[in-house]
Amino acid sequence: MSTLILKNPHRLVRPTRGRGAPDLIFGDLWQFDPAPETADPKLKARYELFINGRFVAPKSGKYFPSINPATEQNLAEIALATAADVDLAYQAAQKAFDTTWGRMPGRERAKYLFRIARLLQDRAREFAVAETMDGGKPIKESRDFDVPMAAAHFFYHAGWADKLDYVAPGRRVAPLGVVGQVIPWNFPLLMCAWKLAPALAMGNCVVLKPAETTSITALKLAEIIQDADLPPGAVNFVTGAGEVGAAVMGHPTPAKVAFTGSTEVGKIIMRSLAGTDKKMTMELGGKAANIVFDDAPIDQAVEGIINGIFFNQGHVCCAGSRLLVHEPVAERVIAKLKHRMQVLRVGDPLDKNTDVGAINSKEQLSRITSLVKSGVREGAEIFQPACPLPAKGYFFRPTIFSNVSMSHRIAREEIFGPVLSILTFRTPEEAVEKANNTAYGLSAGVWTDKGSRILKMSTELKAGVVWANTFNKFDPASPFGGYKESGFGREGGRQGLMDYCKLV
Amino acid sequence: MNGAKSASFRRLFDQIGPVDTVGIEERVAKYTTRSIKKAAKLWGLKAAVTMVDLTTLEGKDTPGKVASLCRKAMHPSDDPAVPRVAAVCVYPAMVRAARKELGTESKVRIASVATAFPSGQAPLSTRLAEVRAAVNDGADEIDMVINRGAFLSGEFSEVQDEIVAVRETCGAATLKVILEVSELETYDKIRAASFLAMEVLRPGDFIKTSTGKTNLNATLGNNQVMLEAIRDFYLATGIPIAMKPAGGIRTAKQALQFLIAVKETLGDAWLNNRRYRFGASSLLNDLLRQIEKERTGAYQAPYYFSEAAESY
Repeated sequence: MSTLILKNPHRLVRPTRGRGAPDLIFGDLWQFDPAPETADPKLKARYELFINGRFVAPKSGKYFPSINPATEQNLAEIALATAADVDLAYQAAQKAFDTTWGRMPGRERAKYLFRIARLLQDRAREFAVAETMDGGKPIKESRDFDVPMAAAHFFYHAGWADKLDYVAPGRRVAPLGVVGQVIPWNFPLLMCAWKLAPALAMGNCVVLKPAETTSITALKLAEIIQDADLPPGAVNFVTGAGEVGAAVMGHPTPAKVAFTGSTEVGKIIMRSLAGTDKKMTMELGGKAANIVFDDAPIDQAVEGIINGIFFNQGHVCCAGSRLLVHEPVAERVIAKLKHRMQVLRVGDPLDKNTDVGAINSKEQLSRITSLVKSGVREGAEIFQPACPLPAKGYFFRPTIFSNVSMSHRIAREEIFGPVLSILTFRTPEEAVEKANNTAYGLSAGVWTDKGSRILKMSTELKAGVVWANTFNKFDPASPFGGYKESGFGREGGRQGLMDYCKLV
Repeated sequence: MNGAKSASFRRLFDQIGPVDTVGIEERVAKYTTRSIKKAAKLWGLKAAVTMVDLTTLEGKDTPGKVASLCRKAMHPSDDPAVPRVAAVCVYPAMVRAARKELGTESKVRIASVATAFPSGQAPLSTRLAEVRAAVNDGADEIDMVINRGAFLSGEFSEVQDEIVAVRETCGAATLKVILEVSELETYDKIRAASFLAMEVLRPGDFIKTSTGKTNLNATLGNNQVMLEAIRDFYLATGIPIAMKPAGGIRTAKQALQFLIAVKETLGDAWLNNRRYRFGASSLLNDLLRQIEKERTGAYQAPYYFSEAAESY
C-alpha cells in the first residue's frame, strides 16, 4: 500500500506536498477534569501473616512498608515472615490436606470456591482500588480486568472441582498434597487466583508468598477466604522478600512448587531444587514479537500494539515488547503509533481516565530508565509523547524505539516497562526467524487479513500463546505458559489443572 | 460482478486497507469508559449543542413546525449561556419556510436533504433539480445520499460522478454525503465509501453516516471507521473533511462519547461545528437538561424544557 490517494480526475484540490505537511493537533482544547475512583479500599494499618486460618504476627516481630508507587506514601505495614513462620504455614497446610481439604469430595470443595468467587465480586470495587493503590496500575484495568478475571478463575475452577473424574479421560486423578507458590508484583490478585484456584479445586493445600511490593490484595483475599469459611490451613499466606520466597520454595514439605516471576529467579529455584522429586511449574519472562503484515487492518493493529506494550505499564510477562513490522507499512504504522501515543493519559492511577499508571517500584523505574538509556546509546531512535507526568511517584513516559537492531539490548532483554522496540522485516520467513531469535517464548501476535497466514505463523512461532489480530487476551479456560526460558507448565484450562494432580 | 468491476473493488480495498470488526469495537468501547466531569463535561455539552443539526424530516412537517424548530435552534434555552445550534435540517419543500423564519443574516445555517432522500432512487436529473431548488430557496448546506445500488454493484465511478454532479450543483453550499452505513453493512465497505466520497469533496464538506430512516444509524463503531478514514485522507492530502453522525444519538452521554472519539482520533481541529456535527432531534433537549443539571446540581422536571421533539 504505497499511497492512500486514488488517481481521480474529479479531485479539486491537489495534495499538499513538501512544506507544511498536514498534522493533527492533540492539544488542550478539551481538558478532562480529574475523575478519581472514590470507593474505600478498606486497608488495615498493619497486615499479619495468614496461617492456619488466622492472622498471626511474624516470629521476627518485624514489619516492612508497602508503598503506593503513585504517591510514594506508606499504605500499610506488612509482616516479615521468617523460616519458622514458613514452617508453621507448611505444617498447617499438611494438616489441612491430611484431615480436611484433601479428604473433602470435589463437589464440596466447589462450594467453597464458588463462595470465594462471589465474595470477590461483591467486594470488586474495594479490591480494585486497593490493587491500584498498592501496585500503581490504572483503576480502569484493575476494575475491568484484574478483579473480574480473578473472580472468573475461581468460578471456572469451581466448575471443575466436581468433574475431576473427566479431566484425564480413562484415568483417575489425585491431588499432589501441599504446594508452595510464589507470585510476582505485576498482577498481584490475579496471579493469586491463577495459582490458588486450580490447586484448591484439585484438593491441594497451599502456602503462597505474594511479592513484597504488592502483598495487600493477597491478604485481603485472606479475609475473603476466612469469610468463605475454608478449613484452616487450606490456604496460607506468608509475606516478605526473596529470602521468604526461597524458604517457601526450598521447604521439604511441598510436593510441588509453582513460580511466576523473572527467568533469573526461576533458574535459581530450579538449581536449588535439582535432585529433589518436587514437581515444578515456571512461568517466567518474555520478549514477545508482535508481527504486523502489510495487509493487516492497520488502525486495529496499532491499537493492539498499544495494548500489547502499554497495558499495565508494560509490566506484563507476555507484553508485545518487540514490534516486527513489514517494511512496506513500517512508516505508516510508526506514524500512527505516535499519534495514538499522544492521546494516552499518563498519571494518577486512581483517575478513571488514566491509561498508563505508575511504575511498580523505584527499583523497576531505575531498571527501565537504564535500559532506555542503553537503547539511546546503542543508536536506536527514541520517541516519547510530551504528556505531563505527576511531580511525585514513579512514572515513566510511554516510549517507542525505531531503527532497532536485533543485537541491541532493548531488543533482547526483558524491560518489563512501557518501552517498545520496533524492527522491520521483508518476508514471512524473516519475521518468524526474528521472532524466534530470543531466549524467551511466551507469547506472540500476528496481524494480517489472511487467515491461512495466521495458521502457518502460529505453527512456526515458538511461543506458548499466539494471538491473531488481537493481543493480551486471557480466559480461564485457555492454557497459558511458555517455551524455552519463558518456563514450562500451563496455567488455566484443563492443561493447567493437570499440573496440580497426579494420575492414579 | 464482471472482471473489471471486481478489479476496481480489489484495487480500492488494497489502497485503503481492511478494517477489523472486533478490533474497532474494542477501540470504541474504551471511549465509553471515559469519565467526563465538571468543567470538562460542561464544555463538552455546550460544544455538542453548537454541533447539532436540529432535524425534522417527516411527512407531516408544516411551515409552522419548521418555524418553531428554527426558533428553538436560535434560542435552545432561556439560559443565555447556552449557545445556538449549528443548523436546522429540513426537507427541500421546507427550506423556504426556514429561510423566512431565520432571515438572510442568520447564524444558524439551513441544511436540506435533497437527492430523493432517503433512498436516492430517482433519476439523476430529478435529484439534481431537487438540489438546485433547495439551494435557490436558501439552503446553506445540502445533505445528499450516495447511490448505494451503484456502490454495491461495484460501479464506483458512477458513485463518484454523481457526487461530483451534486457538488457542482451545490455552488457555494456545503455538501454532506450520506453513506447510509446500514445498507453498506461492513466496516470495510464504510471505509471504502468514505474514501470514494472524500476523493471528490472540497475542504470542509462532510461525510455523514446515515439518513436516520433505517434501523441502524450512527454508532461509535461506524463513526470511528469514518473518523479514521478522514484522518488518513487528511494526512495524505491535507484536505480536511468534516464528519456528521446522524440518527440514534439521543442522549448527552452518547454525544460526549462521540466527541471523545473525535478528540482522540482527529484532535482539537475537529472539535468544532465546521468539522463535526450531530444530526439529531431529541438530543438537544437532553443536552439542555444536562447543562441545567451541571448548573444547579439537580435534574429538573421535564416540563421545564420544551421537551417533545414534535412540539418545538
